Amino acid sequence: MSELLQFLLSGVTVGAVYALVALGFTIIYNASDVVNFAQGEFVMLGGMTTVFVHAAGAPLPLAVLAAIVLTAALGVAMNKLAIEPARGAPVVSLVIITIGASIFIRGAAQLIFDKQIHSFPAFSGDDPIRIMGATILPQSLWVIGGAVAVFIGLWLFFTRTLLGRAVLATSNNRLAAQLVGINTTFVMTLSFALSAGIGALAGVLVTPITLTSYDVGLGLALKGFAAAMLGGMGNPKGALVGGLALGLLEGLTAGYISSQYKDAAAFIVILAVLFFLPQGLFGRKSTDRV
Amino acid sequence: MKTFLTTTALVALGLAGPALAEIKIGASLSATGPAAFLGDPELKTLELLVEELNAKGGINGEPVELIAYDDNGDPNKARTFATRLVEDDEVVAIIGGTTTGTTMSILSVAEEAEIPFISLAGAIDIIDPVKPFTFKTPHTDRMACQKIFEDMQKRGIASIGMISGTDGFGASMQAQCKSVVGDYGITIVADETYDPKDADMTAQLTKIKGTEGVQAVLNPGFGQGPSIVTRNYKQLAIDLPFYQSHGVASDGFIQLAGTDAAEGVRLPGTALLVADLLAEDDPQKPVVAAYKAAFEAKTGTPVGTFGGYAHDAFLIMTDAIARAGSAEPAAIRDAIEATSGLAGTTGIYTFSPEDHLGLDLSAFRMLEIKDGKWTLVE
Repeated sequence: MSELLQFLLSGVTVGAVYALVALGFTIIYNASDVVNFAQGEFVMLGGMTTVFVHAAGAPLPLAVLAAIVLTAALGVAMNKLAIEPARGAPVVSLVIITIGASIFIRGAAQLIFDKQIHSFPAFSGDDPIRIMGATILPQSLWVIGGAVAVFIGLWLFFTRTLLGRAVLATSNNRLAAQLVGINTTFVMTLSFALSAGIGALAGVLVTPITLTSYDVGLGLALKGFAAAMLGGMGNPKGALVGGLALGLLEGLTAGYISSQYKDAAAFIVILAVLFFLPQGLFGRKSTDRV
Repeated sequence: MKTFLTTTALVALGLAGPALAEIKIGASLSATGPAAFLGDPELKTLELLVEELNAKGGINGEPVELIAYDDNGDPNKARTFATRLVEDDEVVAIIGGTTTGTTMSILSVAEEAEIPFISLAGAIDIIDPVKPFTFKTPHTDRMACQKIFEDMQKRGIASIGMISGTDGFGASMQAQCKSVVGDYGITIVADETYDPKDADMTAQLTKIKGTEGVQAVLNPGFGQGPSIVTRNYKQLAIDLPFYQSHGVASDGFIQLAGTDAAEGVRLPGTALLVADLLAEDDPQKPVVAAYKAAFEAKTGTPVGTFGGYAHDAFLIMTDAIARAGSAEPAAIRDAIEATSGLAGTTGIYTFSPEDHLGLDLSAFRMLEIKDGKWTLVE
């Protein structure tokens, strides 16, 4: 019994990390249909900037704030310098530009920071919390809490605010959105700032668990992307559920079948789901109105 | 220009050897890319040693020039650079190959051109079977397994659980450990793996914990994985002896895993990690202390095992050139093979025509972490 619970808690810990990364994909995708492959780099920057600002003497909360603000600013710069000039290009080209940006950011991080692995202290200590014979680290609760908070924030943003609806409208039809008076350039800038900020927050929360270095972004982005696809790209609920489902699948496979097949099992389930539900569990139906 | 003047002056004084302008040693290291945290200290070490050596007047009065390329951890680039070192730069010897992959590329070029080559990578395939011009400085992962199993035997441990990374290092060591474990009368009753990028290994550890008869756990791995495994080990309050590999033998590991979680962890490491604890009459003491002081003064970062491998390669190479009294590749090769009892940071090297690694199990020291510090297990 306690074994099952431990597998579940392990799955939830990992799943919450995936969910938090997956949530970052949502906004840019909703604004422009672009899957931003530099999202993992935003996560890395959140963790690395916090480490270095903290090491330079700033208290942890200030370092966290600096990391989020700086990463958001970088997101805006990426939009202005790389995405906006190529505005007319097809989505595939824009996706490739984000891959280029991710390689660039990784290379720059290697020079500006360093090539070592880093971490900073967990927010509420390292003493595990015991639940019926199984354990979970307090930092995992921070990650889960962070994922839920970002999810609620995004859900409110997209359904309850004019700005959020403007983002969705821009994605649906940029020209029509402009015609009804939406400043689509601003919407794009905003979506990059928010996505980068959420990515950085994810990086801050997960670093005490996963540790960080200049090259962690790619691995996190791949799992986050898989989670987002499973849940349905662009839907915050999908990102949350997809991330947790992926983590639980991995944890249970590692526990009951074999850790050798952990990733394979997870990806087989994803492929199976996408085969029957190509839009993911909660994805938008792609019915174009003509 | 300065070098030129020095050389001319020496020739004028009749001190320089015949037609030895400058001894060119080539290097292809992974200073950037996925193996950067190995290649970066290796490159810094070589630069530091060349500078030091030339300040002291070089080898037999000849200055040494280091021609180093960054192969990015890419075997194809390593091959290109090795070819360039041989054909364009006309080096007399090559140091490098941070990873086993890049080493294999350089190896084929060096063997063909008959240029002595000292590798800094771990795999046993590099020197087994012996190739005439190829040597290496790091101990093999098989030796690490043997050292660990020897220690387990002493503690009366007969059945263990393994949790290995699926990266090249973890997978190779897992295989080597499984192939020698029988020699020590130990059985592996649980065998789990994790992806090096995984965030949590409690599922695997819970499974090992629940396996009947596990008396100790061994974690072959590299990078952040072992730190996370160590934290999870503490989280699950598993109170069995816990062994890590030489892949994480650095102060960084204790820091990342946390002093609490790392308490009691044992691993085979080199003398470099416990420089201050070595006995005064330890033959490795002077070389280890000198390298540690010089590296830490120059870079401001703590020395690590990997920089030590580069240090030893350079030491073996320059020692051989000095003894050969010539910078002819063939003469250097013969001199390297005749190296005997040379104390490096990793161990004491004695090469022979059958042994191009030159280290035995005594090169490893069994270390235990106590209160966040390395201690020697006697």
